Amino acid sequence: MELSELIFYILAFIGIVAALVTVTANNPIYSILGLIVCFFTISAHFVLMNAQFLAMVNIIVYAGAIIVLFLFVVMMMNLNDLPRSNTHIIWKISGAIGAGALMLLLVASLKVSGNLVQSPTKGDIGLIHSLGHALMNEFLVPFIMTSILLNSAMIGAVLLSKREKQLQK
Amino acid sequence: MDIEILNGVSVQQYLWLTVILFSIGVLGVLSRKNAIIIFMSVELMLNSVNLLLVVFSKMHADTLGQVFVFFSMSVAAAEVAVGLAILVMMYRNTKSINIDILSKIKE
Repeated sequence: MELSELIFYILAFIGIVAALVTVTANNPIYSILGLIVCFFTISAHFVLMNAQFLAMVNIIVYAGAIIVLFLFVVMMMNLNDLPRSNTHIIWKISGAIGAGALMLLLVASLKVSGNLVQSPTKGDIGLIHSLGHALMNEFLVPFIMTSILLNSAMIGAVLLSKREKQLQK
Repeated sequence: MDIEILNGVSVQQYLWLTVILFSIGVLGVLSRKNAIIIFMSVELMLNSVNLLLVVFSKMHADTLGQVFVFFSMSVAAAEVAVGLAILVMMYRNTKSINIDILSKIKE
């Protein structure tokens, strides 16, 4: 067995277990910790495929910004004081059946799909040099639009969380 | 059919991994009542699709897939900011983040 195959299997196992912990944990803090582990394994997959820029962006954006936001919200809500909502077992079983049916559908469609076409692989497509060239030449307009999107999301978040105070006064 | 993108790892194996991760995310969305955990499951699904896009970009030796992942990450960041703000507002109004509360929203 090749070394990269071994690393792939270890990372895949850790990632799937962490994802299961995320979905099934009762305490939301444990869910968030599982999600962090899962995101780090996905970043490790990116490094394994030589997509180093995306690996760094994944760690910074997901583990650094999104997860910290989730942690802040969960800790601010202090969920341990809330009455725990016991999900009925019917809901859990039907959710598992639905997800399993979707997985079956995806796997079956992958089985009958046509052959994948191999291209000559170059090693350097994931480095920041080539990605920066693509972002600044072909994708310049979407890149600028992204800044508008982020700006409007920031304004929207501030407005949503401020409105309540004005109503109370 | 077995196209190796790493030494000994084929595209097919990555397809299996991403399908499993996506299905776990769907399981979380369908079976949980906590709105924050549903939100995290959506993030999990987004991330598994990102992984698959990078795999295909590596397979075709094309930068396009990775640029698309970059944009999808920024959209996910914006989505999380607005979604968590909505959740915080819902918690302030109802003192709960159970999604069953939302069925009473029109009363």
